[in-house]
Amino acid sequence: MKLDRRSFLSFVIGGAAGTALTPLPWKLTDDLSIWTQMWPWTPVPPDGAYSYVSTTCTLCPGGCGIQVRLVDKRAVKIEGTPGHPVNDGGICPLGLSGLQLLYGPSRVDGPLKRTAGRGAGRWTPISWDDAIGEVAQKLAALRGDGRPQAVAAISGSGRGTFSALVERFMTVYGSPNLMRPASAADACEMALYRMHGQQAMAGYDLENADFVLSFGSGIIDGWGSPVRMIRARSLWKERKVPLVQVEPCLSNTAAAADRWLAVAPGTEAALALGLAHVILSEGLYDYNFTAFYSAGFEPWRQMVLDGFAPDQVAQITGIQKDVIVDLARQFAKARAGVALWGRGRGTTPGSIDEAMAVHSLNALVGAVNRQGGVWALPEIDYIQWPEAEMDATAANGLQTARLDGAGLEPHADARSLAHRFFTAVAEGKTDPVEALLVFEANPLYTQPDTATVKKALDKIPFIVSFSSLQDETSAYADLILPNHLYLERFEDVAGPAGLNQALIGLTQPVVAPQRRTRHAGDVILALSQGLGTPVADAFPWESFEACLEETLGDDWDALVANGYVARPVSLPHWSSAFGTASGKFEFAGTYRPAPLEGDKGAFPLVLVPYDSMRIAGGTAANTPFMTKTVGDEILKGNDMFVQVNPQTADSLGLREGLYAELSTPRGKARVRIHLTQEVRPGLVAMPRGLGHTAFDPYLAHKGVNVNALLGPVDDPASGLDAAWGIQAKLAKA
Amino acid sequence: MEMNARQHKFGMVIDLDKCTGCGACMVACMAENNVPFKVDETNKRDSITWMRVYKLTNGKPYPEADACFLPRPCMHCEGHAGHSPCVSVCPATATDYSSETGVVSQIYTRCFGCRYCMAACPYHARYFNWWDPVWPDGMEKYLSPNVSPRMRGVVEKCSFCYHRYQLAREKAIYEERDEVAEEEYQTACTQACPAGAIVFGDLNNPDHQVARIVQPDAHHHFTGHSKIAFRLLEQLGTNPKVYYLTEREWVRKMCDQYNFGPQAAGH
Repeated sequence: MKLDRRSFLSFVIGGAAGTALTPLPWKLTDDLSIWTQMWPWTPVPPDGAYSYVSTTCTLCPGGCGIQVRLVDKRAVKIEGTPGHPVNDGGICPLGLSGLQLLYGPSRVDGPLKRTAGRGAGRWTPISWDDAIGEVAQKLAALRGDGRPQAVAAISGSGRGTFSALVERFMTVYGSPNLMRPASAADACEMALYRMHGQQAMAGYDLENADFVLSFGSGIIDGWGSPVRMIRARSLWKERKVPLVQVEPCLSNTAAAADRWLAVAPGTEAALALGLAHVILSEGLYDYNFTAFYSAGFEPWRQMVLDGFAPDQVAQITGIQKDVIVDLARQFAKARAGVALWGRGRGTTPGSIDEAMAVHSLNALVGAVNRQGGVWALPEIDYIQWPEAEMDATAANGLQTARLDGAGLEPHADARSLAHRFFTAVAEGKTDPVEALLVFEANPLYTQPDTATVKKALDKIPFIVSFSSLQDETSAYADLILPNHLYLERFEDVAGPAGLNQALIGLTQPVVAPQRRTRHAGDVILALSQGLGTPVADAFPWESFEACLEETLGDDWDALVANGYVARPVSLPHWSSAFGTASGKFEFAGTYRPAPLEGDKGAFPLVLVPYDSMRIAGGTAANTPFMTKTVGDEILKGNDMFVQVNPQTADSLGLREGLYAELSTPRGKARVRIHLTQEVRPGLVAMPRGLGHTAFDPYLAHKGVNVNALLGPVDDPASGLDAAWGIQAKLAKA
Repeated sequence: MEMNARQHKFGMVIDLDKCTGCGACMVACMAENNVPFKVDETNKRDSITWMRVYKLTNGKPYPEADACFLPRPCMHCEGHAGHSPCVSVCPATATDYSSETGVVSQIYTRCFGCRYCMAACPYHARYFNWWDPVWPDGMEKYLSPNVSPRMRGVVEKCSFCYHRYQLAREKAIYEERDEVAEEEYQTACTQACPAGAIVFGDLNNPDHQVARIVQPDAHHHFTGHSKIAFRLLEQLGTNPKVYYLTEREWVRKMCDQYNFGPQAAGH
């Protein structure tokens, strides 16, 4: 067939017209675009019946009320409980993203036994009976040998029935070596014990304060009960209550404060005493309180007047004399001024002198046990169990000295010194520790100087972790007996940190256990049964839930319905307010700074950790959502930035974004440089909470763990870890 | 623009002096709206954050340095009579301005990913799905049925939690009420904010807290009444429905590009 011009043109034009008129190509294009967007693996969440369960968050000691939204049996969202005394509907990033932990890839599926070298990550699943049997056998053997004290335990679950159960187990088993992870609560308790003569926690009546003076406390950075603190600070804004922040760097709290005093690091106690000097010498103190309700006032007054005149303190702290005088007058003249201590989020105990110096300021202005002030709140005593019977093995074991030295001279009033335990075990200075039980704690990540902790763990032949999540310590254990996650179990939360209310919160199962886990409380009951009389006799309960229900008694029904009960707190009568020998408040606290570790010549800078609400720095680690909120001036890829003043960087030839080697006497890390005017010249600031090696790919190997670079420094006055930084060096990498 | 009782104008006011930069709003938003996450989220240009909190600094040397956090949801710009920058350029009508609620919508199944709207948005409030969302095995369990997970190739952004409005309205209709009460429709970020820095409601309803705080001036392009109130990039005339409050002058200057206040708005 011959194709002439005419038929060629008709064919082309006809074809074009046909193509344009038929819907087929448009339909195909449309289908293609829809098809490329409709992959079957884009999930379609199933709908169902909606309900809410009220419970209490235990991811930090804050004790917030949460309500979990369920669609059928799926938990789909965590929200703050409106009207809850702690958080009234507010909630923090960690609490919000708890479901990422519940359903996340970091969960331990069931009991695991190590099959290769420690930390190699090779495990074999075992049955619960075998797992409990193995631990019971080991514990029974040690007890049979008459060495119950060779079992140590670290429990981070705080106050409450589970914690009391662990304590009771260790007692009847016969080991004094029960520790808790170090925190500012240690220093706070000890300061109150020395000054009030009571085992108590500080409860701050912040909602009624009218002047707040914070010595480095991260008021909006996670200190105390974080959501409650953020709420209190909003209230201060509305009521124009001044917040003065004393801190070397511009933390978020310092930026949010009405006034930021950029004090020389480590001299906060001197500033507190300088303020006391002005208050004393100008007669601005509470005469009534100092005269009738305090002891030791005269010698303390003399010490302050002799050593801490404003011009001397100006020299030490770098804060101008007239600023000190002015601030002291404002603080003393406020109707309800209150001073806070415990740096940052309160991850480390800090100097007890500093705590006492600041608390003495509270006493001077009459803020102790006063509306708008600070109250010593004894533990809520609802855990009333009959005294457990002990056999001779237990009694002998309990007679042995604690391996961390707490309760013994020179640290007679310390209750737990976790850092000294790990140092002592690592150095082989103690009797051998044959077994370590780890409950709700991750010391291999959270303790300063992780290399020493690792060395200590290497010397312990049997480590059992009860962690729900694959954290660093459980990765290094011999057996993992995973606990239910907080959304799957019963637990009580007594007296949230820093709150001036006697509040008990109930954590209750929101969903059925998602993995083959078991409540650690039930595991303890099973272990005690495995050990037989007399250990078993101390635990008459069928299950942890039964134990909890019996312990909480009449409050149980209200707790299940509302998630919390609040008991009225009345301020103690002055005649019974203090348990000291004098029956009065005892003034104490001076300025004896523990030197930072490291040679200033070799390590001319100072590394200081900082806390952020967007990075969980404790036993709870970051969720994927939280890590997503971390700025790219802190984390880029897996590289972490340290924050340095441009002046410091200039002197070292470092520029924005450059790689550098950061070294301290304890370790080295490759970091990048971020220049900022928020950091004091000479300091290197690094966030706490990054640099995990365990958990999931959304968190592991991102950045550097600051604890690998820090080391503990014993506070001469208490034995607690008083380190707030470490000498450091930065060099171009 | 005419108003009647049925015409809502949902908007927000954020008190920057209360905001602590904690990031709860960002996480609340991600959890509420099934926002996906990747192993590495440090490239902030492809990190989907409907609500993003920026950190502003005053640039002064230590110790005069100061910092402020600025939460940035979608501004739900009204522009002139609903001609918001993104809506004006969308070739697929995948994004639209609702004159009933004042919400700028985003219909994922209509969007074909040209990203004109992203180029048009001066607030970087829109995000493109370069990849299909992937949840680790088992984590899809927490996905909410109220918000459909998005697929690769579409743009997404803050919806003022519109699904919450729909649920609240359904409930109101079921209970034979005409109106959704103020507390019945609140965004996830507002609900979560521990500082109470975010206030959300109907700017057209003088009883709502947001309207009482802002008192938008209809004769001056809806700028806020208070001297400490401002909107982001006021001079562009986008007429956003998110207002900010701060006593700090340096923050106000930085945020509306040195051109703030009713007089400077030029309308």
